[in-house]
Order: sequence, then structure tokens, then C-alpha cells
Amino acid sequence: MTPMSNPRSSFKMTAQRDDALASAGTSRAAVGKVSATDVSVFYGDKQALFDVSLDMPDRMVTALIGPSGCGKSTFLRCINRMNDTIPGARVDGKIILDGEDINDRKVDPVLLRARVGMVFQKPNPFPKSIFENVAYGPRIHGFADNKTELADIVESSLKRAGLWKEVADRLQAPGTSLSGGQQQRLVIARAIAVSPEVILMDEPCSALDPIATAKIEELIDDLRSQYCIVIVTHSMAQAARVSQRTAFFHMGAVVEAGATDEIFTNPRDTRTQDYITGRFG
Amino acid sequence: MTDAALTPAQSAKARARAESEARLKRRYRAEARFRFYGRAAIILALAFLVLLLGRIGLQGYSTFTDYRVSLPVQVNADRVDMADLGGSNFNLTVAESALALLGETDDPYGEASAEMMAILSGDMGFQILDRLREDPSLVGQTITVQGPMKANASLYYKGQISRDTEVGGRLLSDRQLDWLDELRERGVVSGGFNWTFLSRSDSTEPEQAGVWGAVVGSAMMLFVTAMLAAPIGVLAATYLEEFAPKNRWTDIIEVNINNLAAVPSIIYGLLGLAVFINWLAVPRSSPLLGGLVLALMSLPTIIIATRSALRAVPPSIREAALAVGASRTQTVFHHVLPLAMPGMMTGVILSLAHALGETAPLLMIGMVSFVPGVPETLTSAATVLPVQIFIWENASERAFHERTAAAIIVLLVFMVLMNLVAVLVRRRFERRW
Ligand SMILES: Nc1ncnc2c1ncn2[C@@H]1O[C@H](COP(=O)(O)OP(=O)(O)O)[C@@H](O)[C@H]1O
Ligand SMILES: [Mg+2]
Repeated sequence: MTPMSNPRSSFKMTAQRDDALASAGTSRAAVGKVSATDVSVFYGDKQALFDVSLDMPDRMVTALIGPSGCGKSTFLRCINRMNDTIPGARVDGKIILDGEDINDRKVDPVLLRARVGMVFQKPNPFPKSIFENVAYGPRIHGFADNKTELADIVESSLKRAGLWKEVADRLQAPGTSLSGGQQQRLVIARAIAVSPEVILMDEPCSALDPIATAKIEELIDDLRSQYCIVIVTHSMAQAARVSQRTAFFHMGAVVEAGATDEIFTNPRDTRTQDYITGRFG
Repeated sequence: MTDAALTPAQSAKARARAESEARLKRRYRAEARFRFYGRAAIILALAFLVLLLGRIGLQGYSTFTDYRVSLPVQVNADRVDMADLGGSNFNLTVAESALALLGETDDPYGEASAEMMAILSGDMGFQILDRLREDPSLVGQTITVQGPMKANASLYYKGQISRDTEVGGRLLSDRQLDWLDELRERGVVSGGFNWTFLSRSDSTEPEQAGVWGAVVGSAMMLFVTAMLAAPIGVLAATYLEEFAPKNRWTDIIEVNINNLAAVPSIIYGLLGLAVFINWLAVPRSSPLLGGLVLALMSLPTIIIATRSALRAVPPSIREAALAVGASRTQTVFHHVLPLAMPGMMTGVILSLAHALGETAPLLMIGMVSFVPGVPETLTSAATVLPVQIFIWENASERAFHERTAAAIIVLLVFMVLMNLVAVLVRRRFERRW
């Protein structure tokens, strides 16, 4: 039996126990900057997400936790429509960003991705200079009219990503010459440079050492004041440290979602409890 | 110590150790065996390579020296018909001057001068003709002309024909050999680098034949091939790899491209014959025609090489570009193609090098004619290096065989250069990520 073939109605029920999400429809959009309703994802014939509904409020960090393969990354990729680039992938349901359905025909996925930035598990800077890495986004979107403006954007993005001091004197060095933690902050700077509203992070620290991880966590906490951040993490401690809201995914559905304190101190579902206490996953 | 003295536990341990030692020995033996096979294979391959190159080198190196004679020629007015300069027999004039130099005179039957003409190249006669056309006042004077010896005479100087060779095999009489010796003693003959071979085109006379026309023909043909096959191949591969939906149609196309890469090249010649000559009426024997056929032949290889270069670009780079809001096209042109460039360029250069040496399809489209000049346009008649080699190999004169090997050397030099460029391109553009 595959995990996907579970009866999904029960998950839907538990997911909707989150009080803030009780009301359905457009009023939900008011709750979150990004609001997903009944999102299902299929890879070919295989269903990876089952009617996921989740609100991700602005100026907060929402953590997605759950065992491997439960669909966290899949859900994250729905929010910037990266699933569009996977052949055979199909997304059902509604995802509202600022009151607008991102899967609407009128929404251009390329422009959407400028509004919804993404940071990946493995740092993936372009094999170009540090400057070029950050400048690329603003340049293709025409955010800067001249070189000074572009340099300003690069500088402020690197500053906000907490990397400026370390790279100010070697902006022309290749981005790949940085350490893993620095690369990940460079990638965050690259995402920030196109002035996104939402930043998605898919296990951004899992390839990093504890010190680099601490720096990224600090950075996420800083960025929270300006963005809606959604982060996938395998570390319960990290979710507890950086997030205000947490959603527990299991077998392609949201079992439980709510305030992080609540989830960690008083989980309502036994599966959540088992997972956060390390009994499975 | 005997077995009896050991406890069962000790003997079990000893057995285990003996077994593990035996296993270790077997492993070492297996490794040594494999190393030996590997080295033997490499040595064998190298031996064949040395044999091949050595043979070609030994046969061809002598082409790169030739012997030239410089003669004072008395241009007698009675031999020159100013009204019909081209009709005058200047070769006879040259031969008579050479005989005079050696203190001999022609016999009534003209046998001596005929034999002399057979060791001096007709090139000198043309030189006199040219100079008289420019300056008719030279008639009646003595002018110095310098030109090559006939190929057989050169072979004698190079030691490839000697007095011991039977007369039928050397094609030179004893009298001619005496003259050759005497000319050399008088210091009018000098050996040097054979520029003629590198600067002239094909000729019926081996001593006047060169590879320049074929080199230019090859370059023109390769230019056509590169201009067509490289952009089309790279774009097709990029579309197939990065943009095309993955479905049954693209699968069929992929399988067919792989099949086309395995089609014998002579089939492309047939195709060229049917399509380009009979249907599109492209001029026969032209670099354009050869280039078109070779472009068709190189396309599948270039597409396959480009696709594998594109596939080697990590998907994380594509994700990174898409995630900052680059379109599909921007992602491909700004990030993927630059990273795939070294692999693509290497593939293109190697398949062009392959095309440079291709002969069979060119023979099929009739590119096997005697072309004495250097091609001026893409549509003029031309010959190319491998075909020139083929033509000379089939020539009967001994001196042409020497030139066959030398032309092979020239072709190999170009191949090595192209491979070198491929290596340099790869080194230069290689980036890590
Ligand atoms: N590109 C894909 N094609 C097919 N199946 C996929 C693809 N990506 C993910 N899946 C499947 O979807 C399920 C959820 O995967 P994912 O979202 O990556 O899980 P998580 O990030 O929670 O570990 C898994 O069963 C996985 O095998
Ligand atoms: Mg994942």
C-alpha cells in the first residue's frame, strides 16, 4: 500500500480543525498573504497532495514539517508554480496571493516567480560572479535604469542577506567560491533582489553546518518583518526557533496547522505528537 | 608446533587467517592480471599507431624537399615567334641551354634535347614565356631561369632511384644519370624545402603538383559545413532538450537522430546526388555541394553531442534561474547554453574534423575530378584533401605515391590542429559549479 492511497477525508477533517481556517471561501484570503484551498497535486497518475488547505500570513514564518516524501516540497512548489516546469505535473485547487488566484490564466508564472522567491535545499548560485548572481534578477525584470541603481540593489540585497561585509571587497569573485553557508545567503540575496513578497525556503539549512545554520536562522528572523516566509524544515528545533506558525504534513495532507507554540506544546493529533516527539518520521 | 597442540579455537582462527591470506593473494593476482591486460592493449594500440604514422612519415617526408636547377638560357630569336609566343617551344630552348652548359650539342634527331627535357620541369618553359610577354626585349639575350627538376630526377638525387635500379624501373637512361651528376657537380642544382608542394594545386606533372588547391577546397567545404551544421544542430538540440514536450513524437525523433548518426556516410553521398545535384542543381564538384552533404552527415552527431552537453548542466541551475523569474528562453540562453558551451563546441569541432577526413560521400557526388586550380568561389570546381589523396594514390607515376603520403601528413596535421583546438576550447571555457 502506498502512502498516497490512504483515505483522505480524515486528513481533510483534521486539517480543518485549525480554528482560524474554519471559514471557507474568499474570507480565508484575508487570513493569509498566501492562502491555499483544497490543493491537490498529481505527478502523472500518482497523487502527491490531497486537498491541502493552508494559510500563510504576511510578516510571519510558516514552517512545514513532516516525514520525507509527505509532499512539503510539492506544496511549496505550488506557491510559485514551479510545478509547471515538471512534465506531467498537475495542480488542482486554489492558491490565493493577495486576493488573486495565482493559477488564473491572467497570471504569468514568470512574473509570479518574481513576487514569490525561492531558496533551495542545496545552494545553487549561478556559476558567475557574486555581483552577477544578485544583479541577474533585477536586470531581467528591468528594476534598474542604470549601473548605479543596479549596484545599489545588489548592495542592499547583500546587506539584507547579511553577506555584504563578507563579500564587499570581492564582488567579482565567482559565487561558487563562497562557503556553503555564504552561498545560501547569496541565494537569499538573489531572491530578495527582485523584491518578492513571499519567500519560499525548502530545507535551506540541511546542507549546512550548525554555525552557518544559526546565521541563516537569524537572517530568517530578520526578514520576517518584511516578507511572508514559508520554510520547509526537517528539524523540529528549527521550526520551533524560527516559525510562528507550523503545518504538519503527513502522506500528502495537512494533519494539523496552527500557531507554532500550540503545535509543539499541545498537539491535537496523535500523529503530530508522535512526529514531534521523534517517534516516527 | 603441530596441529595437535592447537586448541580448536586457535586452529579455527589460523584457518581463517590462511583463508583470508589466500583471498588477498587472489585479489592481488587478479589486479595484476587486469593491469597487464590493460597495458598490453595500450601498447598494442600504440604500436599500430607508430607503425601507421611511421610508414606514412617515411614514405612522405621526402616530398618536402625538392631539387631545383638554375640555368642561363640563351633566348635565340630564331626560336621565338613573337606573333605566337604560346606556340614557341621554350622547353627545347631550355634543354639546349642545359646541353650547352654541359658542353654538348643536340644531335640531328633531337634525341639529346628530348632526354634533357625529360629531366627538367616544363615549368621553366612557362617562366620564359611569361617573362617574354612582359618584356619582349629579352629576345636574343641570356636570362637565368630557376625551376624544379622533373620528379624522377629528384628521386635520383634523393637516392630513391640509383644506377643499380634496372632501367625500366628508374625511367632514366644512363646518359640522363650522367647529366644529373654533372649538373650537381657544376653547382647549378640545389635542394631545398618543397614550397611548390604547399603552394600549388594538382598537376599532371608530379614535381609541379601541390596540395594548396585541396587545402583551400577543404577549408571552403568545411566552412559551408560549419555554417550549416553547427547552428542548425545546436538549435535543434536545444529545442529538443529544453523546450520540446516529452512525448511519442519527440521519442521517435530522438530514435531517428540516433539512427541517422549510424548511417554509413556513403548513403549521404547518394542523398546528395539525388537531392542537391539532380533536384536543386547545385554545381558538381563544388565546395558548396560537398559542404551541404557533409553538413547533413554531421548534423546527427552535432545534435547528439549538444544534447549530452545540455543534459550535463545541473537542473539546479535551471531551477535557480526560473525561481528568480527568468523565462524558459532566458534560462536557456543566459545560463544553460553558456554552461553547455565547452561540450557543444568540442562536439562540433570533433564532428567537423571527422567531416574533413570524409571521402566516400564526396566520391559519390563526383568530387573526384582533376582540378588544377585553386577554387575561387564556393561554386567553382574544387578538390579536397582526402579526395586528392585518393586521386594521387591511383596515379601511376612513382613520384605521386610519395606525394600521397605527404598529403596524408598535411591532412593529419589539420586533424591534429582541430583536435587541439577542441581540447583548448574545453580547457578555456570549462567552469565548475
Ligand atoms: N518530479 C516528481 N515526479 C514524480 N513524483 C514526484 C516528483 N516530485 C516529488 N514526487 C513525489 O511526490 C511525493 C512528495 O514529494 P516531496 O514533495 O518532494 O516530499 P517532501 O519534500 O515532503 O520530502 C513523493 O512521494 C515523491 O516521490
Ligand atoms: Mg523535499
